[in-house]
Amino acid sequence: MIHSHDLTFGYSHHTPLFQDFNWQVQRGEMWAILGSSGCGKTSLLYLLAGLHAPTSGRIEIDGEPLLRPRPRTGLILQDYGLLPWATVRQNAELGLQVRDFYGPDGKHTPKNFQAENKVPYWLERLGLNAVADKFPSQLSGGQRQRTAIARTLAVQPDLLLMDEPFSSLDAVTREDLQNLTLSFCKEQNLTLVMVTHAIEEAAALGQKILLLDTAPNQTARVFDNPQAGQPDYRNSQAYHDLCQALWQEMRHEIPSPQPSPERGDVQ
Amino acid sequence: MKRCDLFLSALGLLVAWQVAALLVNRPILPGPWQVLVVFFKELGDGLLIHFGVSLWRATAGMALSVLVAAPLGLIIGGSKRLDRIFSPIIYLLYPIPKVVFVPIVFLFLGIGDVAKIAIIFLILFFQILVLVRDQAAGLPPQLLQSLRSLGAGRRALFRFVYLPASLPAILTALRQSIGTAVAVLYITELFATKYGLGYYIYYNGSTLFDYPAMYAGVIAMSLLGLGMYFLVDWLERWLCPWKYVS
Repeated sequence: MIHSHDLTFGYSHHTPLFQDFNWQVQRGEMWAILGSSGCGKTSLLYLLAGLHAPTSGRIEIDGEPLLRPRPRTGLILQDYGLLPWATVRQNAELGLQVRDFYGPDGKHTPKNFQAENKVPYWLERLGLNAVADKFPSQLSGGQRQRTAIARTLAVQPDLLLMDEPFSSLDAVTREDLQNLTLSFCKEQNLTLVMVTHAIEEAAALGQKILLLDTAPNQTARVFDNPQAGQPDYRNSQAYHDLCQALWQEMRHEIPSPQPSPERGDVQ
Repeated sequence: MKRCDLFLSALGLLVAWQVAALLVNRPILPGPWQVLVVFFKELGDGLLIHFGVSLWRATAGMALSVLVAAPLGLIIGGSKRLDRIFSPIIYLLYPIPKVVFVPIVFLFLGIGDVAKIAIIFLILFFQILVLVRDQAAGLPPQLLQSLRSLGAGRRALFRFVYLPASLPAILTALRQSIGTAVAVLYITELFATKYGLGYYIYYNGSTLFDYPAMYAGVIAMSLLGLGMYFLVDWLERWLCPWKYVS
């Protein structure tokens, strides 16, 4: 479904984050992109969302080169991006309103888009009915993130991109939302690409894990994790072994600190 | 703020006024009761017309400045390039006390209503422009990125993000500048007009030496400022309920 061909991308005056980077995602797969900060994982997600343009090379989604945000891709960010002046329900309806605003032009809205109002279903499904008329400032972090998810799922995406979606939540809420994400991705046959810096999260959700290195990333290092998402996987030996292996890998990446001059050396 | 507190404060001010009037004991400071009687008598005797004229000038100036400054602020705040061009100009003009333009505006626009409205416009214009621009430029990038990822292009961003985001900025700007606008309105009404509360106050105080009527004019001008302030406050509660939730 996603195909990155010789992708090169970087910010000016910096080492490129990706250089001739090739990588493929099949439809229905659940991917986690793991790496320490600064490795380019969020940039890769923005490239997939069509919000950044590659320096060279290209990204294709369903065989089409990606030149601008694609209407069937849903993006969920770390800090939710909710409208502060709109209630939960209005926020959840926002995607549909944007589609209504343009009509099915194929550019902002898919040509065959059926304007079916799925908002009530997702509010119910995500347990937001009780707070549907509240404003974001009145919600807990978990409820805000659920609202962002409801808004994205209401436009019936086929590809879901998530950027550290649960990193600011407490452990219990985080696990709840991870499980919820697993269940609706399977149900709706969504392709999921989730960026995270947490090894446990990558191992619990990613059936495939792309490990990014310090820049420039030239080859895709992929870990297969087919059991991810199965009940009780988090308690299994395989899960712990994988976490351990990922941890080892990531530790090697961090350059050892430069020896600092001892006190008294500097006059 | 509770209504009861407001009422008690108003009562307290009237009592203080009465005490001061008793202490001064001269025609230049009549007591509140005497002034209120004159106020209601004068209302039917022309004060209402002066009030209406001042209200019209203030409202027209406010409406005009919102209509011109808000879209400009949105456009400048929404584009980094335009912001770079206009920011230094705004930076230079914004701190100039606009009241110094009064004689210049009179020179260019004559001494009629247009000049008076133009001066109020000038004062409010920069306040609204700056607040709306800052609001538009300060929108969290995550908010814009999420909307763009939902398919929103420039037009939809304006409709669903920039426009609603500018509303509280407009109301804040109005609330902050109503006091100045009414004060400057008073000054402009001292010149070459026979209508308006400024004229009424000055004429009664300096020409007729009718002090109770002068104070009645001061009350009318205060009510004008207070009324507009309350109106904006109420509009904000009505249009921006999200700012008032706990």
